[in-house]
Amino acid sequence: MNTGLPATQPNQNGADIALIGAFLAVGLLMAIFIAARAVDPLMEVHALMFAAAFAAGGFALGSVIYGGRGASSDVYEFDVVKAGVIASVFWGIAGFLVGVIIAAQLAFPNIFYFDNLGWTNFGRLRPLHTSAVIFAFGGNVLIATSFYVVQRTSRGRLWGGLAPWFVFWGYNLFIVIAATGYLMGVTQSKEYAEPEWYADLWLTIVWVVYLLVFLGTLLKRKEPHIYVANWFYLAFIVTIAMLHIVNNLSMPVSLTGVKSYSLFAGVQDALTQWWYGHNAVGFFLTAGFLAIMYYFIPKRAERPVYSYRLSIIHFWALIFIYIWAGPHHLHYTALPEWAQTLGMTFSIMLWMPSWGGMINGLMTLSGAWDKLRTDPVIRMMVVSVAFYGMSTFEGPLMSIRAVNSLSHYTDWTIGHVHSGALGWVGYISFGALYCLVPWLWKRKELYSKQLVEWHFWISTIGILLYITSMWVSGIMQGLMWRAYNDFGFLEFSFVETVEAMHPYYIIRMLGGLMFLAGAFIMAYNLWRTAKGDIRAKEYVPSQAAAVPAE
Amino acid sequence: MAEKEIDEHSGIQTTGHVWDGIKELNNPLPRWWLITWYITIAVSVVYMIFMPSWPGLTGYLKGTRNHSERENVAIALAALDEKRGLQMQQLLQVESVAAIENDPELLNYATTAGGSIFGDNCATCHGSGGQGFPGYPALVDDDWLWGGSLTAIQQTIRYGVRSDHDETRYNMMQAYGGVLSRDQISDLVEYVTALSGREANEAAVGRAKPVFAQQCASCHGADGKGDQAQGAPNLTDGIWLFGGDRVTLQETITNGRGGVMPAWTDRLTNEQIVALSIYVHTLGGGE
Repeated sequence: MNTGLPATQPNQNGADIALIGAFLAVGLLMAIFIAARAVDPLMEVHALMFAAAFAAGGFALGSVIYGGRGASSDVYEFDVVKAGVIASVFWGIAGFLVGVIIAAQLAFPNIFYFDNLGWTNFGRLRPLHTSAVIFAFGGNVLIATSFYVVQRTSRGRLWGGLAPWFVFWGYNLFIVIAATGYLMGVTQSKEYAEPEWYADLWLTIVWVVYLLVFLGTLLKRKEPHIYVANWFYLAFIVTIAMLHIVNNLSMPVSLTGVKSYSLFAGVQDALTQWWYGHNAVGFFLTAGFLAIMYYFIPKRAERPVYSYRLSIIHFWALIFIYIWAGPHHLHYTALPEWAQTLGMTFSIMLWMPSWGGMINGLMTLSGAWDKLRTDPVIRMMVVSVAFYGMSTFEGPLMSIRAVNSLSHYTDWTIGHVHSGALGWVGYISFGALYCLVPWLWKRKELYSKQLVEWHFWISTIGILLYITSMWVSGIMQGLMWRAYNDFGFLEFSFVETVEAMHPYYIIRMLGGLMFLAGAFIMAYNLWRTAKGDIRAKEYVPSQAAAVPAE
Repeated sequence: MAEKEIDEHSGIQTTGHVWDGIKELNNPLPRWWLITWYITIAVSVVYMIFMPSWPGLTGYLKGTRNHSERENVAIALAALDEKRGLQMQQLLQVESVAAIENDPELLNYATTAGGSIFGDNCATCHGSGGQGFPGYPALVDDDWLWGGSLTAIQQTIRYGVRSDHDETRYNMMQAYGGVLSRDQISDLVEYVTALSGREANEAAVGRAKPVFAQQCASCHGADGKGDQAQGAPNLTDGIWLFGGDRVTLQETITNGRGGVMPAWTDRLTNEQIVALSIYVHTLGGGE
């Protein structure tokens, strides 16, 4: 812990309370008005949920006004980080669980089909899964870690008084609105951007406040330079704002109804969507989590970052090249060929800039490799970086048109996404959570290292089952689709390819189940850690066995 | 700012920055990394020169290979057509089952082509082996609703059954719910059950006999053996389109039936329909 910092007491004038209070009051009035005039029952439900959330926010604000801000003797605002950690674990398990359910639906569609329960259909649950893992789990991890890292590396309290709390609760309100919307059938049918216009507007407000809090904290920093993790966080926040706003430009049918129509149509819509979709991967799931990597790996390994120069070059290269790679999602479609060429070539040129992060992550371990054996948390983060390296090689490979003609629309894509999602994003997040909980709750160590070992091995086997089954199934699927017989006719009908995939779908489901089991182990371990318990029956290796290997 | 120092393990100087205890080494860019990056950029530039790439105000760089995916698809399709061509033409000349049965090479070709077309167009309803589902006729048996000759099968495929095509095959199993009393329908259920050689209530069968003769025989025939000219199912062979149990029979008579098969004449070529009808004919009981 840093010591000797001047205690800061920002916003003692209470501007944050006044602003948030006024905002909640206006929001509450609008929500009640819209609920009363709603043209469809879905909007009525959502407006009432907004109203309830704003009212609850008002009560919380009231308790701050009358109860005081609490003991803010701590230099840092860590309570909001704690809330983010809890939300991350909750949403992580929810998202993985829905993933296992829809994997089971794909493997056994006849069992998991309920005629009169429309909301359990694959079509409703699939966006619930993707949004829950990317935005609910990933988003809360990013908000929590960014709030932690920016404070620690700037040596200053979060800017904006209660604004960080507004970001946290506002973001989670967006998640709840989005998730309940999917189940009720509210969607604008844009992948990873399914929430309708009003949820998008709400997220825009929250996101702008997030940006202000982050920038404000950086501007008031007491370090001469901005740490590399914060460049990545900032790139993530700024770019996601831009992507979100442009891709969601639409015209509501009614200001009191859920339905809206996109500003874009046809191939322009497709290109805008994949400009958004690909950069959600690039700036949410890559840049944001690289920021986590850049703080937590050197911190945990207690080694300096391998190369400052590499971090500068690969940061700017990543930012400038990633944004052009989206068209590779639209090979062999109505998208003009010149755009396909650019999408492919920029993806190829992106390979090394992506690997710059991997090199910096792995080489930071140099001088601390022995910790891979003794510290399962470090091992988890290193394996995460290895998965990052693998999927950022696989991505450019799949963007090559000839490869894409085989891989596109097959399960190979699903496997690719999950090697990045489960391996890279999942593991670096778990690593950060294992670090953060003892730090935030001021515990000496985790409840149990052995449970981390269990989590690591169970979920690693789960990931391997998942991605290998999807490779086999995807490549087989692609080959079957394009197989012609001697007479020049298709060898297989579509339903035969579906039949052939059945065993791999079962393996994929088992892999997902193991990953989920690992997450439950983590949740238990973190909960006991926060409580301050130390596992009594823990095996502790003798000192002789733990001598560095050099 | 902290002082620059030499890292003990690597012997590399740090940059002198420290954040929350984290320092940075001043390592150069890895050579292999930089060289590989330059190679990917060079490969990309070469690719851009060969292929359609950068846009301008009025068009885009066509690339030296003058590549056009649209043309490539047309070429590939033409090549396929050529591969299929000769025998496809021969198929059109087929006039009878005998003619094709005596030409094993052409028969093999027709069933391969037909099987492929069947898989992607027909299997969804009729099952991948033509085994059928309730409401969707099985094609593997010799019980034909509208006839099992090559011409009859072709006719069915081409124009469908109760489809929106003018030439469609059409009939109607009327709903007798309002026409006959519930008791009469229950008696008819017993009668139809007896027709297919199963045990049934004899008194009810006797009561239903005149009703069947009056209401049903015009289509299904006095003996219940059906009439392919009208597409009326044979009720005596124990093969049921919707099901032959008493509950289903009662439902059929009360509410009527009228499944739809679409007309394929606008979606498949003439050659494809011929190949398909030969395939369906060989599935089981072609006449």
